[in-house]
Amino acid sequence: MRAAVAGVGYTAFSRDSGRSVLSLATEACRRAVDDAGLDVAAVDGIASFRVMDDSVPAQAVATTLALPGLRFSVDADMGGQAPCYLVWLAAMAVETGRARNVLVYRALNGRSGARVGTMRFGGMGAQFRYPIGYDAYMMYVAMWAQRFVYETGQGEEDLAAVAVAQRAYAVDNDRAVRRRPLTLQDYLAAPHVVHPFRADDCTVEVDGACAVLVTSLEQARDLRHPPAVVASGAYRAGPRPGLDIGDHALWDDYTRNYTSHLRDDLFGAAGLTPGDVQVAQIYDCFTSTVLIGLEGLGLCERGGSGAFVRSGATTLAGRLPTNTHGGLLSEGYLHGMNTVGEAVLQVQGRGGSRQAARHEVAAVTSGALMDGSALILTADR
Amino acid sequence: MTAPPAPDRDTESGPFWQGLAQHRLLLQECPACRRRRFPRMPTCPYCGTDGGEEVEPPGTGTVYSWVRVERALTPAAADQVPYCVATVDLDGGGRIHGRLEPPAAARIGMAVTPVYVDHDDWTELRFAGPEGGG
Ligand SMILES: [Zn+2]
Repeated sequence: MRAAVAGVGYTAFSRDSGRSVLSLATEACRRAVDDAGLDVAAVDGIASFRVMDDSVPAQAVATTLALPGLRFSVDADMGGQAPCYLVWLAAMAVETGRARNVLVYRALNGRSGARVGTMRFGGMGAQFRYPIGYDAYMMYVAMWAQRFVYETGQGEEDLAAVAVAQRAYAVDNDRAVRRRPLTLQDYLAAPHVVHPFRADDCTVEVDGACAVLVTSLEQARDLRHPPAVVASGAYRAGPRPGLDIGDHALWDDYTRNYTSHLRDDLFGAAGLTPGDVQVAQIYDCFTSTVLIGLEGLGLCERGGSGAFVRSGATTLAGRLPTNTHGGLLSEGYLHGMNTVGEAVLQVQGRGGSRQAARHEVAAVTSGALMDGSALILTADR
Repeated sequence: MTAPPAPDRDTESGPFWQGLAQHRLLLQECPACRRRRFPRMPTCPYCGTDGGEEVEPPGTGTVYSWVRVERALTPAAADQVPYCVATVDLDGGGRIHGRLEPPAAARIGMAVTPVYVDHDDWTELRFAGPEGGG
C-alpha cells in the first residue's frame, strides 16, 4: 500500500493569536481533515513535535477532535527537523496498515509565547554556550553560514538573493506575515544583527498552526483533491550530532548539513534523481539554510547556490520554483510544517497565483544543521 | 557590565571547569585513536572507546568560523555588543567555541592564543587575535 497527503489545514498566522495553543492545533487539524473531505472520526493517528514544551500533545488534540481512538501517536521532542520525518513515519504506518488516517501538525504561540529566537536550549552542551554569550539559535546558524560562504566563495549578495526571491512570493501570499517588497538595496542597507546575518536573513516568529492529513493513496484518490504521493522520506544525522540541539562543537563541516547525508537515501528510495525535481521547498529558518540545502540535495552545484538563486532559477519562471510561499522567512515560522503544507499544495496544483507550471515532483526538507529530514512528494502517476 | 551566567556544571564537565579556574585547558584524548574531544564525555565520539586521557594543550588554535553580535538579542547582552564568538580548531586537535577579541579583527584562518578571564565564580576561556586584546 502507498501513502499520500490528502489535505492541508492552516490557522491564520499572527503576532498575537489571543488563543490557546490547543485551540490553534485543533483548528488546523480540523481544517486539514475538512480540506481532504474526510470524516474526522476516521482519523486514527496523530503526530506532532515541540521545542522546550512549547506545544500541546497529540492526546489532547485527539480529545478536542472527539476521536473514537488512536492507533498511532507521536510527540517528538524535536524542532524543525521533524515535519518531513513525522509525515514519513505517518506514511509508513499507513503503508504497513498500522493506521489509516494520520494528522501531522505543528501548533504554537511562537510570537506571543515562548520565542525560539531567544529561548534557552537546555541540555548538556548549554553550559559551554550560554555563559560565553553564544546563546541564540541564530548565532549557531550564522556560525555555519559564515564558514559556508567563505569556503564556497559566496557572499552577502548570495544570502540576499534568497531573502529577495522569497519575499517576491510572499507579496502574493495572503497567509504571509512579511509582504512588503524587498530589494537587494533594502537588504544591504540594513545593519547586521549577528554577522553575517541581517534582519531579512531571519525567519519571522508567529502564532499559528498547520496540519496535513496522511492517508492511503487508494483512499486519497476518492477524496476531494488530487493526492500528493509520499514517494520517499528520509531522516539523517551525520556523525557526532552533539549533546543537544545547539551543540555543534563535534561537527566537522559547517558547510554541509544533513541534506548532504540524506540525499542518496531520499532519491534512491523514490527512484528519482535531483534533476527530476520540479518544485523545491527548502527549510529556511535563515537564508543560508536554503543555499546549503540546495547544494546538499544536489539541486545545484557546490558553491553555485547563490548564483542559482540570483539567476532567477527559483522563481515561478525559473527552472526550479523554490519556497513558493515565501518560506519561513516571509510566511512565518511554523518550524517547517508550513513548508510541507506548501509542497502538498503545489503538487496538488492548488498554488493559485504562486503555482509552479511543472509540479509533478516536489522535494521538501526539514531542519538546518546536524540532523533533519526530507520528503519527495509526487503527483499520482 | 552584567555578569554572565555561571555554567551549569555536571559530573562530566567538572574537570574542564576546574582546569579553567587554574588557567589550564584540559581536554580528553582517546587512548585508542588519539583524537581529542570537546565537550567532555564518557566515550570517544570517533571510535567509541571508553574513557579518555587528560591532556593539556597550549590553547592556541585557528579560527574555523566566527559570528559577531552587533545587536543584542537579550537584555543581558545589551552592554556587551558588539562581541564576537569564534569556533576555534585547537592545535593538537579538538574544536571549541569562545569569545574572540578584538571583535573587529575576526577572520577565518586567523591564529589565536588563549586568554583566561576570571569571573566571580568561574573562569572563561577567550581567544585573542594577533592584534592582541583581551
Ligand atoms: Zn577514539
